[in-house]
Amino acid sequence: MAVISYREALNQAMREEMERDANVFVMGEEVGHYNGAYKVTQGMLQRFSERRIIDAPIAEMGFAGIGVGAAMVGLRPIIEFMTFNFSLVAIDQIVNNAAKIYQMSAGQFHIPIVFRGPGGPAVQVGSQHSQSLESFYAHVPGLKVVMPSTAADAKGLLKTAIRDDNPVVFIEGETLYNSTWEVPDGDVLIPIGKGDIKRAGSDITLVAWSKMVWTCLDAAKELAKDGIECEVVDPRTLRPLDVDLIVESVTKTGRCVIVEIGWPVAGFGAEVAYQVQKHCLDALDAPIERVTSEDVPMPYAKNLEDEVQPQVHDVVAAVKRALYLEA
Amino acid sequence: MVTASASDPKPVPTPDNVRVEDDDQPIATTAAELGPLYRQMLAIRRMEEASAKAYSQGKIGGFLHLIIGQEAVCVGATAALEKDDYVVATYREHGHAYAKGVSARAILAELYGKKTGCVKGLGGSMHIFDKATNFLGGYGIVGGHVPIAAGAAFASKYRDDKRVTLCFFGEGASTIGGFAEGLSLAALWKLPVVLICENNQYSMGTPVYRSLAVEDVSLRAVAHGMARDRFDGDDVVKVKQRIAEAVERARTTGEPTLVEVVTYRFRGHSMSDPGLYRTKDEVEEWKRRDPLNRSRARLLEVGMPEADIVALEDDVRAEIEDAVKFAEDSPAADEYKKYVIKEG
Ligand SMILES: Cc1ncc(C[n+]2csc(CCOP(=O)(O)OP(=O)(O)O)c2C)c(N)n1
Repeated sequence: MAVISYREALNQAMREEMERDANVFVMGEEVGHYNGAYKVTQGMLQRFSERRIIDAPIAEMGFAGIGVGAAMVGLRPIIEFMTFNFSLVAIDQIVNNAAKIYQMSAGQFHIPIVFRGPGGPAVQVGSQHSQSLESFYAHVPGLKVVMPSTAADAKGLLKTAIRDDNPVVFIEGETLYNSTWEVPDGDVLIPIGKGDIKRAGSDITLVAWSKMVWTCLDAAKELAKDGIECEVVDPRTLRPLDVDLIVESVTKTGRCVIVEIGWPVAGFGAEVAYQVQKHCLDALDAPIERVTSEDVPMPYAKNLEDEVQPQVHDVVAAVKRALYLEA
Repeated sequence: MVTASASDPKPVPTPDNVRVEDDDQPIATTAAELGPLYRQMLAIRRMEEASAKAYSQGKIGGFLHLIIGQEAVCVGATAALEKDDYVVATYREHGHAYAKGVSARAILAELYGKKTGCVKGLGGSMHIFDKATNFLGGYGIVGGHVPIAAGAAFASKYRDDKRVTLCFFGEGASTIGGFAEGLSLAALWKLPVVLICENNQYSMGTPVYRSLAVEDVSLRAVAHGMARDRFDGDDVVKVKQRIAEAVERARTTGEPTLVEVVTYRFRGHSMSDPGLYRTKDEVEEWKRRDPLNRSRARLLEVGMPEADIVALEDDVRAEIEDAVKFAEDSPAADEYKKYVIKEG
């Protein structure tokens, strides 16, 4: 067990999988000579050469599609988007090709590909570079969507994603790269579709993924001072979603707050809320609460940016509402 | 030069106005070479006609894009390939699939939405796939498949397996980003792909001059330092020979080529299109150059007895009749959950 950064964990996962399987390669903008825009591929060009660490020009649709075509005939590409904001110009390849070919070909061709890169708001980079697009991808059958919150999850899930025979949209927390966590040594895989209890508690369930897990853990710490014990459930993968784990927790606590950094309308939290009400109606002691970003493009000014995104105090307030306590 | 009207002064795309070569000399060939190519073209024509009929009877649904008139392109080009090579095509791909080796039975059953179709009724007319023949699909998003073809070629380069990928698309696709990015990356990384633009003069109802500032699509190769070629697509042997040069280049040097083949579709864009944007005369002029008639006449010239040609034609008729019957008699498609996520 070593404490390493989220960035280092991702780097290790890719290196280990590339050592293991010669069909795995990384393609993206600045992944090689520049060592990655966020340095996730640091040092990998030296180890694996230009044949397998491929610097692509600015053509997301083109290289995402090249990945799909290469996957169709047996390679296992890791396509890095510098950020997921730029995946929007490649979304045709992800949604219309990667997610469809297995079905369109009636199982004759499958697409073992990982689309990865940072997503979610960054810091003061404005609306085009600060958004959470996981709900777009989680909507699409044929894709898997993974959003690790910790270095340990990042490593174990990325290794699994690379070995998965399906297209996996792997969204890293843009502000989590320096975060650290204990990561088990060696070839430890985390299954896609299995959530994790990040903090046990009996009074209320908080469901959150990626960066919002950290916000919820901070909120839980604060609430614990008032004797309120939160259980923080991190599904880790949105598609498939570990409904059982969430249901088990809410059945125990009887209350649920869903916290996401994306927008409220048709956000993934709405699907979680649907699942919770469907499976836990009798157990619920209060309406399900949602905490989301404000329904606006991200502003630039720091004070506004903070105001727009869910903060610890927003989570605390939602928990108190769900417990019918005065704020 | 014939123009549509004073307000639309551009030349209409008659053969005289758009053909690349002036002389009309047929290419040297033999009955042994041309016979099988003629047979394939005829089978595709008959298959397309059979599907048009079934469509009008309500037995085939959705969009149905026929390639009648353009058969020499997919047949000639595919004839330049080895079995292991890949083909990636559009929604107008029944002929390409057949030329690559997919059976008329599997194709027609797919159009009928039957369980026995090549993709079990999940794809339909626009999404033919066949792993056994390395037919990597029919795609419905214009231009979106060009990067896929570049990707298959990338894999060939990565593994040094010496395979070549052919990618077919229309001139209408040359205006979208998928084409631009696929072309540019194929050139940059020297991927063994031959990009074949079947310029059939119309993108739905839009003639070339209303979608392209420069009407020669093959010129796009120049900006990328890529080899290019441009020729008429009504002589199947010529298509085979010219594509073979590009295939050879890809196989031996890894270099891609952009090829534009000038052709014409005799029918509407899809079954619902009556083709009101062009005159009957224009279509008739092209039909006079029908690649099937030309090949048949040529077969006689190079010494194939009329009786042998008739026997071949009877054989094709029987093949397509059998395929139609197979499609009609096949059980309905019954599976839609199995192929969403690959388990294990
Ligand atoms: C991205 C996209 N936009 C629009 C369409 C609708 N559409 C289907 S075919 C077509 C015309 C394409 O013409 P061309 O590429 O010349 O090929 P052709 O149909 O002539 O073979 C259009 C606009 C589509 N399928 N995909």
